[in-house]
Amino acid sequence: MSTGTEWPLWEVFIRSQHGLAHKHVGSLHAPDAAMAIRNARDVYTRRNEGVSIWVARSADLHASSPDERDALFDPAGDKVYRHPTFFPMPDEVKHL
Amino acid sequence: MYAQMVDTGQSRLAGLAELSPEERAFQSRIDADVKIEPRDDMPEAYRRTLIRQIQQHAHSEVVGMLPEGNWITRAPSLQRKATLMAKVQDEAGHGLYLYCAAETLGVSRDRMIEDLHAGKVRYSSIFNYPTLTWADIGTIGWLVDGAAIMNQIPLCRCSFGPYARAMIRVCKEESFHQRQGFDILMTLCRGTAAQKAMAQDALDRWWWPSLMMFGPPDAESVHSAQSARWKIKLLSNDELRQRFVDQTVPQADYLGLTMPDPELRWNDARGHYDFGEIDWQEFHEVLKGHGPCNHDRMATRIKAWEDGAWVREAALAHAAKRAARQREAA
Repeated sequence: MSTGTEWPLWEVFIRSQHGLAHKHVGSLHAPDAAMAIRNARDVYTRRNEGVSIWVARSADLHASSPDERDALFDPAGDKVYRHPTFFPMPDEVKHL
Repeated sequence: MYAQMVDTGQSRLAGLAELSPEERAFQSRIDADVKIEPRDDMPEAYRRTLIRQIQQHAHSEVVGMLPEGNWITRAPSLQRKATLMAKVQDEAGHGLYLYCAAETLGVSRDRMIEDLHAGKVRYSSIFNYPTLTWADIGTIGWLVDGAAIMNQIPLCRCSFGPYARAMIRVCKEESFHQRQGFDILMTLCRGTAAQKAMAQDALDRWWWPSLMMFGPPDAESVHSAQSARWKIKLLSNDELRQRFVDQTVPQADYLGLTMPDPELRWNDARGHYDFGEIDWQEFHEVLKGHGPCNHDRMATRIKAWEDGAWVREAALAHAAKRAARQREAA
């Protein structure tokens, strides 16, 4: 039954109305980018969830490896001074 | 439920001491409510069970379009027709969310569809019953979607990220389904005696199959315990079924309909409704393929898939040609 002609997989990103960034919502199959956008409209925006759609071939996405998660994010681990809460402020100093 | 009796590949629940260090590490992540994502390490049995569960769920959404699709051309008004089309389209969407969640585990959608058509994977028993009258459409929305919501809300917290996220989407859309069903029944129950009788007849036929949706009693399921440990099943079959009965009986009272169960009564001591024995023989026969519509449903699905083959191929050929033309022009 399989013809070996499965449509490629696309990842779908939707920007909602509130001026936010595009956000990943899921994936779908489509023969090309134009159809991927049309299908994404039908699958992911049936109730006005978006004002803009991005699609990207899943095969073209590169992701960090979960096995290297600790090493990859380690540099940020010991830099608490990057957060404002690191610096104690006297109560009488306002607007800071 | 939409995924009934999902085989975990385990014959019994292993003691914690029997788990390998990797399995124990995985279990401690689950216990700490860490979400598992597709590329994370996971036991093979967890992956296989999830593929089976999510794909049963997806197939149920897709096959579930068939009993309702039968009534699109016969809906009693343009508004009812538009509503039913929107609902059926949602079911298609829910199927697609779920197929894509399963695909993150390394199984292709075509493969899942082939397995369904070959009878290797089930869909929910409920969709093997016929939709004989318009009241059935109301009853499906009210009871079948009601039971689905009951099952799906806890799954929004399940351990596998893509499945949980798909469930959140599905649940947002599902309450419209249940309400449109109840609305159909309210209209019928406030109508003529014949209309009300039609609603009662639909309830008589759908009530017991709806209770079967939650699957066999807890005592009979080894797989449930393993799935619960993995947090891909958050509440037990009997717990969900009881909640569903408790929630639904007062709604039937409001409609002025009678549940087809002489043993149904409020139990003050338990704080729940007691209800009669479910015919599990019927449930197992339907799962084995001997329900009233099993054959029709699969035949319709396979025909749709095969009739659509030329469209899938043509779209690919068109995309390839266009890409080649663009390369030449560049």
